[in-house]
Amino acid sequence: MIKDWQSQFNGSKDYIVSAELRDAVNISIALKKPLLIKGEPGTGKTMLAEAIASALEKNLIIWNIKSTTKAQEGLYLYDTVQRLYDSQFGDGDVKDIRGYIKLGKLGEAFLADDQTVLLIDEIDKADLEFPNDLLWELDRMEFYINETKETVRAKHRPIVIITSNAEKELPDAFLRRCIFHYIEFPGPDKMTEIVDVHFPNLCEKILDQALEAFYRLRDRNDLQKKPGTSELLDWLQALTLSGIPVARIKELPFLGVLLKKNQDMDTFTEVQEKGYSTKRWV
Amino acid sequence: MFELFFYLLRSYGLKVSLNEWMALMEALEQELACSSLTGFYRLCKAVLVKSEADMDQFDLAFIAYFRGIEHRDQFNDAFWKWLSEDVKVRDINDKSMLDDYLLELEELQKRFEERKKEQKERHDGGNYWIGTGGTSTMGHSGYHERGIRVGGESRQKTAVQIAGERNFMDFRQDHMLSIRSFQMAFRKLRQYAANTNLKRSELDIDETVKKTGDNAGLLSLAWKRPRRNTVKLMVLFDCDGSMLPYNRICRRLFQSVSKSNHFQDLKIYYFHNCVYDHLYTSPACQRGEWVDTEWVLKNLNREYRLIIVGDAAMASSELMAKGGNAVIGMYNEIPGIAWLNRMRKFYEKSIWFNPVPEEKWQTVYGNQTLQIIREIFPMYGLTLNGLEAGIKKLMAGH
Repeated sequence: MIKDWQSQFNGSKDYIVSAELRDAVNISIALKKPLLIKGEPGTGKTMLAEAIASALEKNLIIWNIKSTTKAQEGLYLYDTVQRLYDSQFGDGDVKDIRGYIKLGKLGEAFLADDQTVLLIDEIDKADLEFPNDLLWELDRMEFYINETKETVRAKHRPIVIITSNAEKELPDAFLRRCIFHYIEFPGPDKMTEIVDVHFPNLCEKILDQALEAFYRLRDRNDLQKKPGTSELLDWLQALTLSGIPVARIKELPFLGVLLKKNQDMDTFTEVQEKGYSTKRWV
Repeated sequence: MFELFFYLLRSYGLKVSLNEWMALMEALEQELACSSLTGFYRLCKAVLVKSEADMDQFDLAFIAYFRGIEHRDQFNDAFWKWLSEDVKVRDINDKSMLDDYLLELEELQKRFEERKKEQKERHDGGNYWIGTGGTSTMGHSGYHERGIRVGGESRQKTAVQIAGERNFMDFRQDHMLSIRSFQMAFRKLRQYAANTNLKRSELDIDETVKKTGDNAGLLSLAWKRPRRNTVKLMVLFDCDGSMLPYNRICRRLFQSVSKSNHFQDLKIYYFHNCVYDHLYTSPACQRGEWVDTEWVLKNLNREYRLIIVGDAAMASSELMAKGGNAVIGMYNEIPGIAWLNRMRKFYEKSIWFNPVPEEKWQTVYGNQTLQIIREIFPMYGLTLNGLEAGIKKLMAGH
């Protein structure tokens, strides 16, 4: 599909991609646009970047976004305090501002000698305006350092993977520049494969019953936080350790392992008792 | 023509722009679609769709456009050649097309209304009246590229709008607010003050420069306390049955308020129809799950800014009379209007958001009470403009 077969991603031996995801990755590489990956926690968003890096034999640079992260940090930081300090105590070459410019993750990826894979992890954690502040840099693959009047331009355009947990909605202008893929929550078949990796010796009956109950619970749309893969694995652990009879699994014992929010527990018990819930705006 | 798919997607409410469209054309030139409809589908989806919430709409649009060729998975070379050629001829008028198109749509709607008044009889063929066949911009089974379809089948798939379906509702900026626009608006609810009980953790540059100067150029750092938002907010939601149609937008408002963590304090209460002796603590409005309104007025001081979200539509007695509370067994000595007046007087900075579209405020059921309440609280519609104006008012006060 892409003429340059060298740069095509087909998954790796530890990471199996769906055909859609594989295509999305290759489209984003070919069109030189960032790939935005959304999906529920535990669907392997972060793993994808690692898999791409190892499959294409490129270095991976990870920029973890936190609520306080500023776009500027990804480009460069100018360490004024260090320079002031050095100027007083005569250490270092104070005249050379360049010595006090520290490149951020984005800058690092731009100046790398070979093409890299840049993972901007959990971009939705940052401030609402954060993605907008990166538009130019991701578009043009360059930024300007005011202090040295130099422009840092990407030697090789990095493959940019961005993940989001949809905690905040991202601005349209930013979305317009991305290739988008939503990793769907694994269905029962895929889930069985995943569970097999973690519990190779699990009794089939327990698994069937548990999966059925699990997906029925997930189907409810009045839950604030739906249980994910890791909750299911914990729950299976609890079920096997307690040795609960298979027939009782559908009553959802150890519900606290699956539901993590008080409101969800309340809603659920209310539904169990009355058959409906009045907790409308949760 | 192929770019009709673009308009089709937009008419399905997807925010596809020319940017993405050109990216798709580039991708097609690079043969990223693997010459198959499935590949083409995935390519379109990855490039054009930006949210999982839109995927269903995209699928519908895709089915609508490509119905008939869905079984022929392989396109022949001529098809792809035509597509690639298409890219080159399109360039010139690409830019202005979209704006013209929207303008044209509004203009068209206006003309449609006028023409409807003018027209007295049936028309088939011709290029002016609303009718069938023909090249007029209005009617059905016609051949105008962009027109309004009135009934009938869209034989040429070129009528851009089916009158009455209001597919283009989402184009309007004042229609439905997203969580993001709510959040952006609520960010403006800020008033900074240096909080005295916080550690001095921010570098005070001005003071540092001064101190260093005083210190004969030897570095001397000065720190200050970080500034914190001091806005306290109270939101009251109407949970009456008449609010059900506005459930979705109220939910968005609720979610964006409750997720905003920059307020010094946030209190959310619920009421049923009108504020009486109690404010409920849960949206179910169940007896006992409440606080006294009196308690709120005593304990939440004037510094709180108050937002009331409700349709303000009720029977006159519910607002004006003693015992107007519609909940059985909840006789109230003080009429609802008195409570509202008290709240308005006490909380100087207060506004009312009404999810009922502003143009219906005169005519909606319960418009009498709406008008009365509107005189007490400054009332704004839940539109982008209303939201902005309301928040501005809330910051400014009287």
